[in-house]
Amino acid sequence: MIVSAHLPVIQVIIPLIAAPVCSLLPKSRIAWIFTSLISVATFLVSIAITLQVNTIGLLSYNMGNWPAPWGISYYIDHLSALLLVLISAIACITLISSRALLEQEIPAHKRSLFYTAFLLCMTGLLGIVATGDAFNVFVFLEISSLSAYALIAMGRDRKALMAAYQYLIMGTIGATFILIGIGLLYMQTGTLNMLDLHQRISTIASFRSVHAAFAFFTVGIFLKLALFPLHQWLPNAYTYAPSAVSIFLAATATKVALYLLYRVFYTLFGFEFSFEVLHLSSILMPLSIIAVIVSSLVAIFQTDVKRMLAYSSLGQIAYMTLGISLQTQAGLIASIIHLFNHAFIKGALFMCLACLASSIKTTQCQGLAGVGRSHPWVCAAFVLGGLALIGIPPTSGFISKWYLVSAIFESSSWWLAIIVMFTSLLAVVYVWRVVEQMYFREPTSELVSLHATPRLLLAATWLMIFLTVYFGIDNRYPVSMASAAVESLL
Amino acid sequence: MKKNPILRETSHVLIPVILLFALYVQFHGDYGPGGGFQAGVIFASGIILYVLLHGIKKTEKIISLQTTKLLAALGLLIYCAVGVAGMLLGGLFLEYNVLAADPVAGQHWGILFIELGVGITVASVILAVFYAFAKFEK
Repeated sequence: MIVSAHLPVIQVIIPLIAAPVCSLLPKSRIAWIFTSLISVATFLVSIAITLQVNTIGLLSYNMGNWPAPWGISYYIDHLSALLLVLISAIACITLISSRALLEQEIPAHKRSLFYTAFLLCMTGLLGIVATGDAFNVFVFLEISSLSAYALIAMGRDRKALMAAYQYLIMGTIGATFILIGIGLLYMQTGTLNMLDLHQRISTIASFRSVHAAFAFFTVGIFLKLALFPLHQWLPNAYTYAPSAVSIFLAATATKVALYLLYRVFYTLFGFEFSFEVLHLSSILMPLSIIAVIVSSLVAIFQTDVKRMLAYSSLGQIAYMTLGISLQTQAGLIASIIHLFNHAFIKGALFMCLACLASSIKTTQCQGLAGVGRSHPWVCAAFVLGGLALIGIPPTSGFISKWYLVSAIFESSSWWLAIIVMFTSLLAVVYVWRVVEQMYFREPTSELVSLHATPRLLLAATWLMIFLTVYFGIDNRYPVSMASAAVESLL
Repeated sequence: MKKNPILRETSHVLIPVILLFALYVQFHGDYGPGGGFQAGVIFASGIILYVLLHGIKKTEKIISLQTTKLLAALGLLIYCAVGVAGMLLGGLFLEYNVLAADPVAGQHWGILFIELGVGITVASVILAVFYAFAKFEK
């Protein structure tokens, strides 16, 4: 067996096989060590895949050696490779640093199952990215969503159950819509392989059922993506989930939904059909603009910082869809680069909150008064992450905004640039509110550190911040991957 | 259940038949209609009938909640093991042709074990879900 030939499938089955094993492990500490090792292995595989993609180009793998249009095939191009690295890197950092958080937030008898659900969620997300089969996408979407509902429901707050339930209902509607879309296409073409579907759709593009399938896909993906006005599930889910889950989901789940958007609208339906025949942009652009303005405004008025970051995520996702709606190569590159950068920025910020939550037991804005003195390292990390969110050099947030605004000028719609600038100012406002509480308020008497900040978690936070700054200075990796990805998408 | 002798006695006759039929659906699945999922559901329904007759405590002496969790994991691992075996024997993931000397026998063995894994997991997950509801108090 030559391992390098099997990498696309190994990437997905490592966490899949590890999950049932993990559910049988008795002690949570052993489960943690096991899961961490698995996540490191997954990360290494994703690096190996990236190297392979960079030398060979498109990787393909036929399950059970059934040839392409009949069997399930995995295709990995530059875009998939970028996402695989992103998911496995974030999972790796989150899992290794999460032990202290879990000991505080999850009852002992549930911890092995927590890690099991985490591994399954990883499997699902990696699978969506790796597979080239439309129905397989749905299966992995369900694996990742169902395990995500379970993970969110484990939050300590009783509202976590409600949030998970809300996400379950909305997520199921989204997945069902995607399934109906797949069903309609299968009915018309008799194939599920995405590349094969693309060829067949071009001959029947005027069929009403293909248009209906497109509509179902659009709504389903927008729901999973939490694009305004289908975003209601996201703030609660991120706010009440256990800290480790917030970090992981905020950094990866919506990104994978965005990946699905690229795949479905560019690879499956094709650019011409999605943007020139059916004018996806005319709905995507207004929704993105409203989303970015409304969610930034709402973020300003949140009292819980975790909730504020959740609303900020909604706005940031809208920047990515705004890039797509420009219908240019530069816009798509900007979208992919922001997807990559934002994952690390938001991951880092949620990690700062996890540090604070484990130390002073609150993420309420009021409760953070004066923590700059007692937790200087955490707050410094938050400030840097906040700067990245606003888009100030030398952070990766600046690179994202730079590419986005350049793309906007290139398509000569300058008024969009004004909106991007204005919403960046709104980001200044909501980040500043927290920074002000941290540094310029007297600590209230009740602020006592119940626990020391977990060291591993703090180190992981700074690793994420370091990556944010690193990709702000040396952005060759995401930019080269994004450019190569766009070459194959358009 | 002492009050309903007819229900009790009929069920006692039926339960072994149900379990046997489940095994038939399981292992005849590659020749006729059936397969792991259906067999798993039938098998679990046989045991659920036993719970309705004799209560959860007596049933748990035969199959405990812990055992169902173990079996659920085991079934998935059997499935994955078949897939990985294909890789180790020089084929691709889930390639059955390489599992035996000739491809036809390989396909046969492959799907048999895959469906066995599915059957075990489905039966034990349905039981686990049933236990979770049956043991729910307050």
